[in-house]
Amino acid sequence: MTAETTKAPKTSGPGFLRYLWSANNFVLTTLSILLAVLIGAVLIIVSDEKVLEKFTYFTARPSDALQASWTLVSSTYADLLKGAFGDPATFQKWFAGTATWQEAFAPLSETLTYAAPLVFTGLSVALAFRGGLFNIGAQGQAVLGCIAAGVAGFSFGLPIVLNLIVALVAGILGGALWGFIPGLLKARTGAHEVITTIMLNYTAALFLSWLVIQSGIQAPGRSDAISKSVAESAQLPSPGGVLRVHLGIILAVLVTVAVAWLLNRSAFGFEIRAVGANPHAAKTAGISVGKTYVLLMAFAGGLAGLGGATQVLGTAHALTPSVAGNIGFDGLLVALLGRNKPWGTFFAALLFGALRAGGNRIQSYAGISLELVTVLQALIVIFIAAPALVKAIFRLRAARATGLGVNLAKG
Amino acid sequence: MSTATVEDLAEVTAPEPFWTRYRRLGLALILLGGLAAVVFGALATSEDARFTLTENAEGAALAIDGRFGAVLFGVLTVAAGGALFAGVLKRHANVWLSLGILTFVLSFLCWQVAGEFMPLVDTTDGTLQLALPLILGALAGVLGERSGVVNVAIEGQFLMGAFAGALVGTMAGSVWAGLISAAVGGVIIAAILAVLSIRYLVDQTVVGMVLNLFALGITGFLYERLMQPNAQTYNQPPQMPEWRVPGLADIPVVGPVLFEANLLVWLALGLVIVIHFGLSRTRWGLRTRAVGEHPTAADTVGIRVRGLRYLNVLLGGVVAGIGGAYFTLVATGSFTKNMTAGAGFIALAALIFGRFTPIGAFGAALFFGFAQKLATYLSAIDSPVPSQFLNMLPYLATLIAVAGLVGRVRGPAASGQPYIKS
Repeated sequence: MTAETTKAPKTSGPGFLRYLWSANNFVLTTLSILLAVLIGAVLIIVSDEKVLEKFTYFTARPSDALQASWTLVSSTYADLLKGAFGDPATFQKWFAGTATWQEAFAPLSETLTYAAPLVFTGLSVALAFRGGLFNIGAQGQAVLGCIAAGVAGFSFGLPIVLNLIVALVAGILGGALWGFIPGLLKARTGAHEVITTIMLNYTAALFLSWLVIQSGIQAPGRSDAISKSVAESAQLPSPGGVLRVHLGIILAVLVTVAVAWLLNRSAFGFEIRAVGANPHAAKTAGISVGKTYVLLMAFAGGLAGLGGATQVLGTAHALTPSVAGNIGFDGLLVALLGRNKPWGTFFAALLFGALRAGGNRIQSYAGISLELVTVLQALIVIFIAAPALVKAIFRLRAARATGLGVNLAKG
Repeated sequence: MSTATVEDLAEVTAPEPFWTRYRRLGLALILLGGLAAVVFGALATSEDARFTLTENAEGAALAIDGRFGAVLFGVLTVAAGGALFAGVLKRHANVWLSLGILTFVLSFLCWQVAGEFMPLVDTTDGTLQLALPLILGALAGVLGERSGVVNVAIEGQFLMGAFAGALVGTMAGSVWAGLISAAVGGVIIAAILAVLSIRYLVDQTVVGMVLNLFALGITGFLYERLMQPNAQTYNQPPQMPEWRVPGLADIPVVGPVLFEANLLVWLALGLVIVIHFGLSRTRWGLRTRAVGEHPTAADTVGIRVRGLRYLNVLLGGVVAGIGGAYFTLVATGSFTKNMTAGAGFIALAALIFGRFTPIGAFGAALFFGFAQKLATYLSAIDSPVPSQFLNMLPYLATLIAVAGLVGRVRGPAASGQPYIKS
């Protein structure tokens, strides 16, 4: 472990990133998820009064308390899985003919629905990370994407297909603008992107909450903060009914392919990685660091903006102050979990989407707060980000841990 | 990027470039003042703007013709900017700056309040109350930053503090138990931040942001599981009592605000002074600053770099946790999910806008608190200025400050970098 620690002389720069990528692997990811699930189980138990009561006479009859805890925890996590991937009972009903196939696949559809915007915001953060920038602003960029896509979606009344493309492009441009500003400030004045993007996040959120109550934007006849609905021709196509999944997830796959190509195969991607690895060396090699920062942030902003656009055009269909939810901040976690690799980010987004979909089920079935999912997500990422901590907990030797398993990003 | 080196050289050879920070600020004030005199003056009506010393429209008041006031104060802003630009009384440049900002705000107020009234006691009190968590949060940030640890988890510390304060305060039936547990709540988040960033060398900003989400999740989870079903037993904390200092409390405006107040007001003001003197005058302060600026040098002379960072981050956790207590033990009578709603980030903004100093952070926090109070006041009098834009002010001001449009803000040199003893 000491060898590892000395290998990471800098945290914010490329040294930290290399450390993240080299030290993490499938084993570590699994252990991180396991640890998070264990801590989550403890939380579920200590927040349940009935089970806690049984612990008051633990010394007399320990089996009571343990049994009750096990039932509670296992049923909660079982519900989580059922909500994310499908309930075997519903599948049986489908085979028996008492339920439709749509009902059987509804949980999977929910998972993909929640995952789609996270792929984009996650890629936004990951891409910026590879260039040595920490894009906390994915949230604000997604909000701008929501605004631009939403307004374009109900304003123009263009024919089908064209309307959707215009709205998506508007979303990308909105996000790109919000990414361009911190990029420009970083390149021109050296203002740290973490600070500027945090400030822009809240500016965007306040702007959205002002915008939705303006006449011309607000839905006619409504007094609450909601905009007009996006025209049908600008919505992302969806099977409908209980299946909320929409074209956004296919778009997400395509964009992941594109980002992977951009990063690993294109000249700009090489510049990004060079600047991320060592800006001074990149400068010496003739790469304009400032220009790369500006372009990279605009690009990252565009991706997050697209995430916001899919949220509005795919699921929400109208602007509200909270339309973007937490997709930008979740994208941060997704990128960290995916180790800033395009496909890693994609699968991390799927995992987060699954957790979210399962969280909805435990909320409605077991009455256990959806926030459990937020805790699990944060814990997983904390453990992922501190591999030395996980290894210390499981007493894993660094050499063993790095040698085992396959890389999640490849799988 | 060879231009950068040329600039560096130029800075070394020419000690005083023409566009100093104060020149730029002066120019900005002149422009703002001109804008105020022309635009605010044109929009204001000629009715009286009354600033009452009491709670309502009656009683003693300072009154001024709205249009006249808007123009007058706008012109004064221009004058202050001019003085700053020309370098009059250079040693007191900050006074000119404060005067410029103050007169600009007054010009704006004359426009808005014309034909209405603004109760000064209520406004001042509200400003200070809204600024309280910002002051405490920003001070927590100062403690961390000056020793080289970036703390973007102030929001998370607020939430944990607010939650722990409400939970323990209710269960123990004592506001003081609540206050202490709020500090403990802040320390828990601070401890995770410290261990992960100092011992495990994880990027401080990454840990901070993840911790914010962690705090949001865990408080939200326990709130919905425990507090919502049984508000009586878990979520009705006693409120912090207001204490009155006899005599001093009778001073108009200042008296009721400062001397008829809860403990947190005095604690926050006291901490500003203590941390200011601590940082600038004590051994601990010198060492903290050394560790934050050049940890290797500090280590060479025998200062325990990591130990000091742990200490400062944990102290910051105490302060931010107490700041969180404001939300449940002072402002509202109970905890709700995500009740801090970004206040931690405004505190972060105050820290940066206040140039990483306790006094600066205090001033910035007051300014931001005033902006928030003004936003509620203006929406109460149906002002055409949308409250959302006033609420944006802290963020935009910080953006301008870090971008160096009017004098760039620089943090401690080693801030954000872990220290590895070689």
